[in-house]
Amino acid sequence: MKKPKFTWQRKDLLGIQDLSAEEINHVLDTAAAFKQVGERNIKKVPSLRGKTLVNLFIEPSTRTRTSFELAATRLSADVVNIATSASSLVKGETLKDTALNLQALRADIIVIRHSAAGAAHFLSRFLKASIVNAGDGAHEHPTQALLDAFTIREKKGKIAGLKVTILGDILYSRVARSNIWLLTKLGAEVTLAGPSTLVPRVFERLGCRVVHDVEEAIREADVINLLRIQHERQRQTMFPSIGEYAAIFGLNKERFARTKPDAMIMHPGPINRGVEIDSDIADCGRSVILEQVTNGLAVRMAVLYLCSGGNPA
Amino acid sequence: MNVNLIMDASAIERALARMAHEIVERNPQTDTLAFVGIRTNGAPLARRLAGKVGAILSRELPTGELDITMHRDDLDLRDTPPAVGPSAIDFDVTGRTVVLVDDVLFTGRSIRAAMDELSDFGRAACLQLAVLVDRGHRELPIRADYVGKNVPTARQERVTVSLVEDAGKDEVVIEK
Amino acid sequence: MKSLLIQNGRVLDPANKVDEVRDLIIADGKIVAGPAAKDAEVLNAAGKVVVPGLIDVHVHLREPGRSDKENIETGTRCAARGGFTSVVAMPNTSPAADNTGTIAYVKQRAAEVASVNVFPAGAITKELKGEELAPIGSLKRAGVVAITDDGHCVQNNELMRRAVEYARMFNLPIMDHCQSYQLAGDGVMNEGYWSAVLGLRGWPATAEDIIVSRNILLAELADWHIHCQHLSSARSVELVRDAKKRGLKISAEACPHHFTLTDESCKTYDTNFKMNPPLRTEADRQAVIEGLADGTIDCIASDHAPHCNYEKEVEFDLAPFGIIGLETELALSLALVHQKVLSLEQVITKLTINPAQLLRLDKGTLRIGADADVTIIDPSLEWTYDVTQSASKSRNSPFHGWELKGRATTTIVGGKVAWQL
Repeated sequence: MKKPKFTWQRKDLLGIQDLSAEEINHVLDTAAAFKQVGERNIKKVPSLRGKTLVNLFIEPSTRTRTSFELAATRLSADVVNIATSASSLVKGETLKDTALNLQALRADIIVIRHSAAGAAHFLSRFLKASIVNAGDGAHEHPTQALLDAFTIREKKGKIAGLKVTILGDILYSRVARSNIWLLTKLGAEVTLAGPSTLVPRVFERLGCRVVHDVEEAIREADVINLLRIQHERQRQTMFPSIGEYAAIFGLNKERFARTKPDAMIMHPGPINRGVEIDSDIADCGRSVILEQVTNGLAVRMAVLYLCSGGNPA
Repeated sequence: MNVNLIMDASAIERALARMAHEIVERNPQTDTLAFVGIRTNGAPLARRLAGKVGAILSRELPTGELDITMHRDDLDLRDTPPAVGPSAIDFDVTGRTVVLVDDVLFTGRSIRAAMDELSDFGRAACLQLAVLVDRGHRELPIRADYVGKNVPTARQERVTVSLVEDAGKDEVVIEK
Repeated sequence: MKSLLIQNGRVLDPANKVDEVRDLIIADGKIVAGPAAKDAEVLNAAGKVVVPGLIDVHVHLREPGRSDKENIETGTRCAARGGFTSVVAMPNTSPAADNTGTIAYVKQRAAEVASVNVFPAGAITKELKGEELAPIGSLKRAGVVAITDDGHCVQNNELMRRAVEYARMFNLPIMDHCQSYQLAGDGVMNEGYWSAVLGLRGWPATAEDIIVSRNILLAELADWHIHCQHLSSARSVELVRDAKKRGLKISAEACPHHFTLTDESCKTYDTNFKMNPPLRTEADRQAVIEGLADGTIDCIASDHAPHCNYEKEVEFDLAPFGIIGLETELALSLALVHQKVLSLEQVITKLTINPAQLLRLDKGTLRIGADADVTIIDPSLEWTYDVTQSASKSRNSPFHGWELKGRATTTIVGGKVAWQL
């Protein structure tokens, strides 16, 4: 008997937590098609022609915004970039008012990045436009996890059964959370590693192994995903200094030499050379950091196509 | 529901063979010939045609495939976004005579999308269209250069092409 | 003033150990013995429960200073609709109730417009900053019934110790919003599984437990009474239970949201689930219920905290803490009776005689000669809470649309009907 064909039903992408494995795979398959567009002479398709996409970036980010902008442009959508800061929003217009204004301008898709967790959920409650979460506080960064998965699938052929280690500040990381949801849904074995203050035991309840010894964490790993570490105000009580972090948890040459010969190194960027990762390792053959960027574009094209495609009555 | 067989495996073979000769006859400049099939059935048909023309010319001819979903003109009107797949054209289209290949020519909209998409890959010198079945009811000013069989149909009838490569058998049926 | 004859109701008066069907007669603003006057207004209370007017010891009336969210008039109207005849007004107004002028203002305004009795609480420290003692003696003379820095918590243990000793001199109960600022940090919800999943900063129950501990030790040192407000943590309940066993002068209250909801409710990022102390785990919720059942927790209070729509309709991180609660407080408390974890008598005790005793007020009783503050309750009445019809100026309630069972149908303050369903 023929299986009923899967169709994408969502108008928003708020996080990975609510997606099924089937939906995730559909995004990855769609991204493969859009990756091919970037290899043509004319890197443009008319699928989102006439649609308006707004990049509402309340937290600054050049790389993610550029990626979404390029993705939308290659789909022939019109792009508007709004970059502001959370404090100026609070002093002036509220997020809700800003968003309602965009709706009045008939924006079709709003890509939101914000320093407050739940910001994308908040918008989806009262806006008719498609909402794509480009990172909300420490909550989720779904397109990052999707492009990470695309990269793993492309290089390793599969995700199920792979041993993936995510190393760094898990507690404050949206990249970590989205990756945890995605990898566990697709059957990978996830290990989280970092200082005990930043990688608390509670994450074991999400189906991960939690260790604080970086060597143990990376020894058997097929994929090592390094998170950026920061020592700003909110984390000052969590660990003593960047120097100590680099010494105890950084992926330096000695540690790298003890990883599996085909272990793949990933990083969401921007990398702190010499902190999370030795400068040479970032550029070596097993690092796929730049490919993640290329794949990010394809994945975002797929997400925009799926979320705004169709006209559910 | 009535299902009528209008072409069996040998009828399809004979049609493709005839079309291959017509293509050679029409195109003396055979060194620029290439074939591009429109997914899904157009792709294996393009490979078969390219094989037959190649046998006649004793050469291998470049063959590619297009997934036209991103270029459809009805994306806004559907409930859910249709699934997309990758296109694969690994030769340079510019300056070539490209024969687009599809299984059934109906409204002409798929061909319009294919022509738009192909132009993103380069500037072909000349585009020609080969279809296994022309069932009429054009909505756009598009016509085929090479036709396997002309089949007059009523609008609500369905013409289904099955090919050995995907479905395990070669046949063309009409469902009334 | 007309007399009132409340007929055929089940009179439940825990203060006087009364629980029987009989008539209650009110004349000249007092409970009186029968017979009723010939022209008395008759209220038929058949099938209903007649209790002393309910008392809420933790309410934010927001006046003076934030009358856009609520004022004494609207806040007390909420109280009356919820069945409450007396409320204690928290001092975190603007200006704060750390001076006799503000107290006088609140009392005067209440006399002009309030539907129910308003008892102001004074501040422990000037401007609630936790640095210098407020003029507690003057505040007592101006009429405060208790002192608290609620909204805030005195962090300096030495200062808190002196405040407790000083309050003892004036026979003033001291109430504390138990929270360690440093452990709480910039958290916005309970620290646990849900804060980890939602990516929101959480703070652990320990932030409350540690101050409850502090208060128990200071109550012992100063030999005076400390009332721990809105307990939300299992460990806090345990600490208070233990302190009571040792005979220390400690009391506690709990709010309906802490025995009805858990931190899982925050998963939609709806700011109507953001309050301080935050909603915690199911284990904490059950511990609060056990604390109510075994008498560890003396009072039920609402922590009615109105906020304007535009203040709450923002990102979770930015929203102010708090929800309104006067109109749903009784029904949510009665739910515990329907679930058979508390008896009706226990619930009424925690809303009448216990708060009255805490505040040393002659209220919460239906004895002859007492003030005629009476609440008539229909414990089986099924109704749906519609926040858009609330008497509050604000709409920040997580219970909108909830199907509730049990409601006050008549609220009588000083012998006059303040509200009727």
